Amino acid sequence: MKNTLLTSAAAGAMLAVGLSSSALAGSHATDLTLCWAAWDPANALIELGRDFEEASGHSMNYEFVPWTSFADRMLNELNSGGQLCDLMIGDSQWIGGGAENGHYVKLNDFFDANAIDMADFIPATVTGYAEWPKNTPNYYALPAFGDVVGWTYRKDWFERPALQAEFMETYGYALGVPESLEQLADIAKFFQGRDIDGTTVYGAAIYTERGSEGITMGVTNWLYNYGFEYENPAQPYDVDGFVNSAGAVAGLEAYRDLYENATPPGSSNWYMGENIDAYRSGQVAMQMNFAFIWPGVEADENVGGGKSGYFPNPAGPAGQYAQLGGQGISVVAYSEKQDAALEYIKWFAQPEIQARWWELGGYSALSAVVEDPGFASSQPYAQTFLDSMAIVKDFWAEPAYADLLIPMQERMHNYVVAGDGSAQEALDGLVRDWIEVFEDEGKL
Amino acid sequence: MTTSPIQKVAQSTPDGVAKKIRGLSDRTIAWIFVAPTIFLLLAVNIFPLIWTIRLSFTNFRVNRPNKDVEWVGLRNYERILNDPDIWETMQATAHFLLWTITLQVLIGFLLAFLINKKFRGNDLWTTIIVFPMMLSPAVVGNFWTFLYQPQIGLFNYVIAFFTGVDPASFSMIGDVHLAPWAIIIADTWMWTPFVMLICLAGLRSIPDSIYEAAECDRASKWRQFWTITIPMALPFLMLAVLFRGIENFKMFDLVVQLTGGGPGNTTTLTSIDLKREAFEKWRTGYSSAYAVILFVTVFGLASIYVKALNKVKER
Amino acid sequence: MSFSVTEPTNGTKWFAGLLVVAYAIITLVPLLWIIATGFKSPTDSIAYPPVVVFEPTLEGYVNLFTDRTRATDDMIEAAGPPETWYDEIARSRGTVITGPSRYGERFLNSVIIGFGSTFLCMVLGTAAAYAFSRFRVPLKDDLLFFILSTRMMPPIAVSIPIFLMFRNLGLNDTHLGMILLYTAVNLSLSVWLLKGFIDEIPMEYEEAALIDGYTRFQAFYKVVLPQAATGIASTAIFCLIFAWNEYAFAVLLTSGTAQTAPPFIPNIIGVNGKDWPAVAAGATIFLVPVMVFTVLLRKHLLRGITFGAVRK
Repeated sequence: MKNTLLTSAAAGAMLAVGLSSSALAGSHATDLTLCWAAWDPANALIELGRDFEEASGHSMNYEFVPWTSFADRMLNELNSGGQLCDLMIGDSQWIGGGAENGHYVKLNDFFDANAIDMADFIPATVTGYAEWPKNTPNYYALPAFGDVVGWTYRKDWFERPALQAEFMETYGYALGVPESLEQLADIAKFFQGRDIDGTTVYGAAIYTERGSEGITMGVTNWLYNYGFEYENPAQPYDVDGFVNSAGAVAGLEAYRDLYENATPPGSSNWYMGENIDAYRSGQVAMQMNFAFIWPGVEADENVGGGKSGYFPNPAGPAGQYAQLGGQGISVVAYSEKQDAALEYIKWFAQPEIQARWWELGGYSALSAVVEDPGFASSQPYAQTFLDSMAIVKDFWAEPAYADLLIPMQERMHNYVVAGDGSAQEALDGLVRDWIEVFEDEGKL
Repeated sequence: MTTSPIQKVAQSTPDGVAKKIRGLSDRTIAWIFVAPTIFLLLAVNIFPLIWTIRLSFTNFRVNRPNKDVEWVGLRNYERILNDPDIWETMQATAHFLLWTITLQVLIGFLLAFLINKKFRGNDLWTTIIVFPMMLSPAVVGNFWTFLYQPQIGLFNYVIAFFTGVDPASFSMIGDVHLAPWAIIIADTWMWTPFVMLICLAGLRSIPDSIYEAAECDRASKWRQFWTITIPMALPFLMLAVLFRGIENFKMFDLVVQLTGGGPGNTTTLTSIDLKREAFEKWRTGYSSAYAVILFVTVFGLASIYVKALNKVKER
Repeated sequence: MSFSVTEPTNGTKWFAGLLVVAYAIITLVPLLWIIATGFKSPTDSIAYPPVVVFEPTLEGYVNLFTDRTRATDDMIEAAGPPETWYDEIARSRGTVITGPSRYGERFLNSVIIGFGSTFLCMVLGTAAAYAFSRFRVPLKDDLLFFILSTRMMPPIAVSIPIFLMFRNLGLNDTHLGMILLYTAVNLSLSVWLLKGFIDEIPMEYEEAALIDGYTRFQAFYKVVLPQAATGIASTAIFCLIFAWNEYAFAVLLTSGTAQTAPPFIPNIIGVNGKDWPAVAAGATIFLVPVMVFTVLLRKHLLRGITFGAVRK
């Protein structure tokens, strides 16, 4: 009996100690979980985050999900009110749903209280990653990673005199960084099937992937520059005649022409990873890809070290735009550790942390970092990044963005890759699908 | 079924003694033994199925928690059955099923037949042949995309080596005509061993005495094959078809990793389409109706098939 | 072995053996390619055209088990000289190891969930199969078909309600939830298989035991279970292969804590795009346990697949 009493007393004491220490832990050190895509910059963020762990005493856990299932998994998490993530570096198009469905915490008060000013960030990233509704000062994220579709090319091949001479003869202008999408197509076709150092190489690796968002992120670079508009500038959600305008049709046809005539065989379901593989293994002269890959290209043993050059998406007949990528960092509304999560954002927003972020390979969206006089020359691709960020355009960021993306993926992939129907039919079909979504949403 | 000997024993024993001998009544034991299984199946399979059926009459969407859920009657079903795209995916599924089953049964049976010749080392080689089916289908699908890449994969180079065509001249997963075959080849590679094992079991279950009797009747080997081997192994073949049929009707992981349903919709099998509706478009009600239709289809086909199988067994 | 008229001639054996070995070699090529890729450098793995002869490296395995980040000069300096061979491999790529990867956890999850569900499935399945084989269960044939029919459902079809149900019960992304789920999916197969095996065990054994004064339970585990051991072993192989490799449920229902390896392996990302050697290394290691299990139990494999249901 005595024994039992003793044990229970001891257990009680231990419990009390346990409780008090965990209560203490609650107010001081917290386990934060940050969710993002599993890719190269995420590794850099872990490295960067060590400083936060030291400074704050909180410890960081990371949940990184591969791009192809990133949206599925994370939206699933948000929609189910899950508490896995305290901080979410969600894709730019999620911001509408995050705000309207209450997944993300509104950050205006927090920004005001901590003197974080959105005017200090690259304007395109603020609009793209943080605002909802767009172009209103309602912030649900801090721009975390600036990203944009751009081009990588084999400078070493482009500079070969024999090729330059032959190109000049065929096309009547010098082989170099293309000034327009037409020139890009010329160059790609020039390289297609060419024998370089004993292997057959191809023109360009472009996005064709169907399962997530690949082909949309690729084809829009043509559509925008040929005159595609998401909606009537004068009347929101009025898509007919803008999405399927004559310019848009021409742009889509040009993209298909490129796919048919200047891409590697079998590149029917390619996105970031496949394009990188194709480029690194020396299959292609150019690749379309998000800017995040550029540090990796520079460091690559086959194509790095000056063999590669970079250029922003070239202009088309209707202007020069590039598809925006990148993400903002948000606090998840279902998290019970929002205070610590906000602390992280406050830490992350500091200029010196942002500068370090760039150094580690993360594309900072802070103007002070990219406007630094040394920035443009800090890396071979830095200037291209700046130029590209100046011409960005993004896909819909509506709460229903996924519903808008899926028909786009299907229509574009089926036309470009499988050759179903005509470009006009594909875009007309897309208009019908989008109108249906907007009607379901009560926007029309 | 006749009364089992045990029951006879039980019946002939006075009640009190029976209780002592058996501890618990058979009925209770049967109940204890079956209940956990039935309970688990009810909880994890049947309850969700009923829930799915319920959802299929609504416009519920998991990603719109704040929206009111409305009953929409049969509208989801109408929309699905009138959607030409769904018939396309059904066709793709049928093509996939037909060819995977045909190839796997032919190759699997042939292999089993050869292995049953009991050459030296047949055990070892059987084990080796079985390896592919132990891989994860998702990993297999993933690796076959790699093997099928015309530039960096092995497949095209091997074909080129044997046929002399240019490896870059065709693309298994990029071509709308070849992609349906690409998934069939990968699935056949992976699952032929499974069919082979079933067939081998079937062949080994045929008693030697039957062949010996046929030999005495001077029946030719060819005749023995058609009058003994095939009929005796048929129930096993049919079982192989049933299991592969059910599994491939549900096919998701291998194909989604291999082609993602493309190019176009050429390899969009029903499960892939369903996953898009349910977890990308988040049309929960609609996709529930879709799921119910699929389930009814496979359930109906399987019931008919199992009846036929039972008939063959009874012969 | 006595020669009978049914024994194939030596010529036939040779011919059959030749064909089977040829098939085995062809079928092994993709598998060997996976294993070989695990020992290639990232550059060799995507070489254009593909290389068959290469200098083997353990880089894929290092990358599989570690997280790395591209290092700036000051980081390399701060880290000092490489201390281990794997540090050295990472450094040679201009990266530093930042910690262990999640692969170990995912693998462990697979072990817990795969073997856990296989064990549970054998316990429940054997009991149910015994009852179906020996007792008059009301609506037996219907119940058996019902059990089989649960396997016909595409996982995607029931995953939404399962997802919602698990969420309400707090089973989402837990080992227990996945064990229960895989057990339920495998039960149909195991009940059908095991019933076949138990049907084959003569009832006389149990009768004798019962008359000797054993209770039903004793008769079950002292007489029936040992007799059914091979059947149970072979059924276990099939349950394990399924649970070990399952993808659709795993990808939809698990994330941080209980995710198994199959959704993880195909998406291992290196510092520069997809890390094929690490993916291959992950697949190779993942194949080993189930391969060993199968090779150990290979004698029972054939019996397992007879699906006793057909036997009678």
